[in-house]
Amino acid sequence: MSRRARLMFFAVAATGLAVTLGAGLAGLPSFGSQTSTYAAMLNKVAPLQRHVTDVVSAINFDYRGLDTMFEEFILLGAVAGISVVLRPLSDETRQLPADKAPERSIPPPSPAVWLLAVVLGSLLVLISLETFTHGTLTPGGGFQGGVVLASALYVVYLGTNYRTVARFQPALLLESADGVGASGYVFIGLLGLLAGTAFLSNVIGLGGTGNMLSGGTIWALNLVVGAEVAGSFAILAAEFLDQTAVIRTRRR
Amino acid sequence: MSVLAYGVVAWLFLIGIYGVVTSRNLIHLVVCLSVAQSATDVLLLEIGYRSGGHAPVFVSLPAHPGPAVDAVMQALALTDVVVGAAVTALLLALVVQVHKRAGTLDPDALRATRD
Repeated sequence: MSRRARLMFFAVAATGLAVTLGAGLAGLPSFGSQTSTYAAMLNKVAPLQRHVTDVVSAINFDYRGLDTMFEEFILLGAVAGISVVLRPLSDETRQLPADKAPERSIPPPSPAVWLLAVVLGSLLVLISLETFTHGTLTPGGGFQGGVVLASALYVVYLGTNYRTVARFQPALLLESADGVGASGYVFIGLLGLLAGTAFLSNVIGLGGTGNMLSGGTIWALNLVVGAEVAGSFAILAAEFLDQTAVIRTRRR
Repeated sequence: MSVLAYGVVAWLFLIGIYGVVTSRNLIHLVVCLSVAQSATDVLLLEIGYRSGGHAPVFVSLPAHPGPAVDAVMQALALTDVVVGAAVTALLLALVVQVHKRAGTLDPDALRATRD
């Protein structure tokens, strides 16, 4: 299809879409007047029922806990897919490029860059731990904390080089964090069955509202999700990095 | 106000799809797709918004009286962001391999590589 024909086709389709989308959006309650009974009820009930102050976490990891389990598996599946797509293909090999000037050493990063990487890297680790341990209290949780933790590894790469960052993130560690995180979610869900209630029921002691260790399984699920997400995003970065750094066409 | 709020959603979605249709670079195409996808985030947050409402986080309440916004929509937006990131990453991985096989990122030039 030529560009022109494609644009014409798009114009027709987009007009139809715009009309139906407009009609649909016009049927929504006016902006800012939202009064969903379900949401109002959850906002009132969740802090009393689950001893959490962040209702979003309570919904994600408790009331809609099963959905989040599948969401976690979507992430796991995507990362597994990326590992497969970005593997060394049959005509490729994994090796660091040969040093073309062995008599000259690579200059170390400047002290400013190194200092920034050390400060920023440790700060990111600290913030991520804070984010996923306090998911039941304040905005945050496993997903957000995991991404922040993985970005600490990106900072290590920015401040150093491929060899150092490869030492910081052994594949075994990342893959087991990913797997343990994903299966941990299921195991915490099974605790509900062991206790004689439904899968993913909140059966661990709830703790006092406002304490760090509160919310029962919500808190524990935040931890395992944090491990899974951190592992996933670190694997992701490592796979893309390997493509440029070590995976190259095999010489014939 | 409603027109502006929901108009942004429709515009983001359509401009994202327009970008996908007219793209001449696969990386640009993936970014356009995430622009279209971000329309759903905006829509979810807008549906859950209440005028004067505060975040559904019930810490130090005396300082924040009044109703809270819809927490269910915020939870759904979080799900949407995670799935969006997974999809974008997977597509970019495919783009890397396409570039290696075909030596180009132009989607129109790809049909020449068929064999």
